[in-house]
Amino acid sequence: MNGIHDLGGMAGFGPVAAEPERTEPNFHDDWEPAVLSSMYATLRLRRWSIDEFRLTIERSAPLDYLRRSYYEKWLVALEELVVRHGVLSAEELASGQASASLSPNEHRWTPSFEPPDAPARFVDGAVVRAVNRHPAGHTRAPRYVRGRVGTVIRAVGTEPLPEDAAAGVCTPQRLYLVRFEAAELWGPDSGGNDAVYLELWESYLEEIP
Amino acid sequence: MSGDDHDHDHDHDHHDHGDDHDHDHHDHGDDHDHDHHDHGDHSDVPSDVALRAKALFSLLADKGIVDPDGVDRIVEAYEHRVGPHLGAKVVARAWVDEGYRQRLLADGTAAVQELGIGGWRDGSRLVAVENRADVHNVVVCTLCSCYPLPLLGVPPAWYKSAPYRSRVVLDPRGVLAEFGTEVDPGVEVRVWDSNSEVRYLVLPERPAGTEVMSEDELAALVGRNAMIGVERVTVATGDVAG
Repeated sequence: MNGIHDLGGMAGFGPVAAEPERTEPNFHDDWEPAVLSSMYATLRLRRWSIDEFRLTIERSAPLDYLRRSYYEKWLVALEELVVRHGVLSAEELASGQASASLSPNEHRWTPSFEPPDAPARFVDGAVVRAVNRHPAGHTRAPRYVRGRVGTVIRAVGTEPLPEDAAAGVCTPQRLYLVRFEAAELWGPDSGGNDAVYLELWESYLEEIP
Repeated sequence: MSGDDHDHDHDHDHHDHGDDHDHDHHDHGDDHDHDHHDHGDHSDVPSDVALRAKALFSLLADKGIVDPDGVDRIVEAYEHRVGPHLGAKVVARAWVDEGYRQRLLADGTAAVQELGIGGWRDGSRLVAVENRADVHNVVVCTLCSCYPLPLLGVPPAWYKSAPYRSRVVLDPRGVLAEFGTEVDPGVEVRVWDSNSEVRYLVLPERPAGTEVMSEDELAALVGRNAMIGVERVTVATGDVAG
């Protein structure tokens, strides 16, 4: 979805506010590792995929996304996911008292990284265009590449298609590392021979006729 | 749970914390100069967030889903076991052992496993990209904050922040300059946007004048920011994290 999370290429957020590397703590508050730990543990129940977790965050209203701290965004998503997938009931969350046992996991998320039977569509060096598509749900094709032309550097394995994984469906699909020239993405004023590299799923790409 | 068996997805906009306000960074926005606890880059984090986080954890513990000691264990893991010192070990080995360097560039996951670094989550794997005289690499995740956790630990807050994620693909040289890294116009900047389960490690250039250093001494020079690609390794930088 064209959500606020898809930040690549935006301006106006100001300079990067880097704390000194030597002194930055791993966590800035003691509740943060509780959220991190909860996230790992619930992901391992395999009731949802990492993509569904991401989509749940991406659906926040833009102002909420920007205002919430990182682990707060995770917390809000987890509160939604545990109820949606029967890990906790809304009553349990509201009361803080565990009352029911864990419901059975009826749709176990089982990712596959096996390449599909169909042969790879793109060879190294192929010139490709990122499909100009704006799905309402989850995607890992950032807006800044859509419709842009790049070069396949190489195939980089197989992963579940994020669009389907976010809905609990595993569709293994090949990935390609694609190089986009800065000028193609950002116009002639961008830096010389700079480039952006990213992996795109096969269905995100089309051949240039 | 140990922190080293996961590679989670970071999507963090949270970079400033009120008790460290005299460092030299800028907290953009209108909440720049308070000295109270300020969790985010933006104001008004509800006071109940901490309570809700602990309530969720505690309910999951009651149901046997999280280890009740999980918080302490995760803090301990990232404090002492999983952090940039692991990546630094990989970099130093690649600098002193040409065969290892080639294996690292050919298959990063296998090469770091040689040094005992595993823990890549479902499908995730490591690719090392090498800085050279004519190429400078820098890593981002524009859509969330994917990061090579088993190798570098928890990502820094700036890596997960909107300013970095938005701009490093559009104006990498400008962002690098904010880290004090000037890149010659003749050098190609490659930005790696980690949007699949591939995780990237930048293999920095070995600084001049380090020919006599041991592998351990070299590793001590290599900081996290250099392995993300926003800085270079310098001999003077000896203040490695982790």
